[in-house]
Amino acid sequence: MELKFPIYLDNNATTPMDPRVLETMLPYFVEKFGNAASRNHSFGWVAEEAVDYAREQVAKLINADPKEIIFTSGATEANNLAIKGVFEMYASKGNHIITCTTEHKAVLDTCKHVEKMGASVTYLDVQPDGLIDLEQLEKAITPRTILITIMYGNNEIGVVQPIREIAAIAKKHGVLFFTDGTQAVGKIPVDVMADGIDLMSFSGHKMYGPKGVGVLYVRRKNPRVKVTAQMDGGGHERGMRSGTLNVPGIVGLGKACELCRLEMDSEAVRLSAMRDRLEAALTQIDESYVNGNRQHRLPHVANISFKYVEGEGLLMGFNKQIALSSGSACTSASLEPSYVLKSLGLGDDLAHSSLRFGLGRFTTDAEIDYTTKAITETVLKLREMSPLWEMFKEGIDLDKIEWAHH
Amino acid sequence: MAYSEKVIDHYSNPKNVGTLDKASKNVGTGLVGAPECGDVMRLQIEVDEETGIIKDAKFKTFGCGSAIASSSLATEWLKGKTIDEAVAIDNMDIVEELNLPPVKIHCSVLAEDAIKSAINDYRVKNGLPELVEEKAH
Repeated sequence: MELKFPIYLDNNATTPMDPRVLETMLPYFVEKFGNAASRNHSFGWVAEEAVDYAREQVAKLINADPKEIIFTSGATEANNLAIKGVFEMYASKGNHIITCTTEHKAVLDTCKHVEKMGASVTYLDVQPDGLIDLEQLEKAITPRTILITIMYGNNEIGVVQPIREIAAIAKKHGVLFFTDGTQAVGKIPVDVMADGIDLMSFSGHKMYGPKGVGVLYVRRKNPRVKVTAQMDGGGHERGMRSGTLNVPGIVGLGKACELCRLEMDSEAVRLSAMRDRLEAALTQIDESYVNGNRQHRLPHVANISFKYVEGEGLLMGFNKQIALSSGSACTSASLEPSYVLKSLGLGDDLAHSSLRFGLGRFTTDAEIDYTTKAITETVLKLREMSPLWEMFKEGIDLDKIEWAHH
Repeated sequence: MAYSEKVIDHYSNPKNVGTLDKASKNVGTGLVGAPECGDVMRLQIEVDEETGIIKDAKFKTFGCGSAIASSSLATEWLKGKTIDEAVAIDNMDIVEELNLPPVKIHCSVLAEDAIKSAINDYRVKNGLPELVEEKAH
């Protein structure tokens, strides 16, 4: 098959929409434009019916009841609603929240926000493989703890946390468990009943659906969970999220969920085989390292550090042909590399040298072959140019050098 | 962020990548930056004893495309210059030549530091005092 450029391998940032999703959405822009809250005419009924159907499609993917699905503008909003909403709703019970350092900014920054409002937040460290330590988690629980928020699958390294074990610990102590499922839902089986999840966020555009639509799952039974609305208005979504429903977006999300439910298993097999092949080829390069736990992780994600080569410089070698993401942040004023990689205990040099691969539904074997070749060539070329590589080859211990920090 | 044509050109075809004999009395070596910051530059000059002119310059850089381009350009500029002329190279000249965006100015600063550091190394080796002029940044 002929290659089409650029090759897209940044599916953790966003996925292309599946054409089948777009097709389902199209009638809901011009023809079936009704407001799902209009109760007195057919335009409204048609829209409401579409939303109800989508709600069922979404619920089915995660084994929830449709009534437990709250539509939002995306995962960031859902994360805000979950954390702020629980913090306000359960204020009489306590103010302590437990999270971990590798969470997405939408969780970490929301935790920082509620800290200013009087919350006390524990940020658990992760182990070198990216997994949290369950014993540490349980020890962090106090009588004032109201919420544990730990993500399902990590966006940078793909590590999947022990969700069922976390849920069991939460349940044992009568604490609610919220998980950011953005990267996991639609990619691996997520079952809110079997997993014991109380609240979960996810987003349409990470699963071949549209941008601007997401979900907060809120458990209704055992226990019945409530969150305080963060937006005042018409009382939509059982009063938890006001605002006219994004009908075309919701229809698209519903279809995206249905496709994931039907195709996820075979897709995961295909993607993990491709990912493993990519990883095997790239770790043939000297001094290259896979970051994060290799057993417990999402099938489509790989994060690899190529020591002595800087990530952004590496990307420049092929960024016209391949769209990838780096853990280096040379463009930011702080020059701080990925906090997720640093949380694993990686030195800044390794964090600066990392690439994140996010494979997706439309990734082909030919694209993986091309990428492997392009990266290998560029790493070798840049190492010829790297003073650090030369020093390493001469046996100089780079940690013993006194670098002039800027 | 899109890179300028000149940055892409230096990145794709870097000039003067390599290593000079750092033990030689005529060679000055500057190693600046730090791996943790994502940039390390090593810049070397070889000075003609009789004329005092920089007859060769080499670099190796760990860093982004702009850092590689800044050091590649610096080596080009250094060749054929006297030490005094070399000292006068300002990081803003590099910024201008490569059209570096504001977030990449530190790459040019590093290149200027590397030049000064290489010159100092050469001066010390040859019994001359270090240059004191150091920009604060």
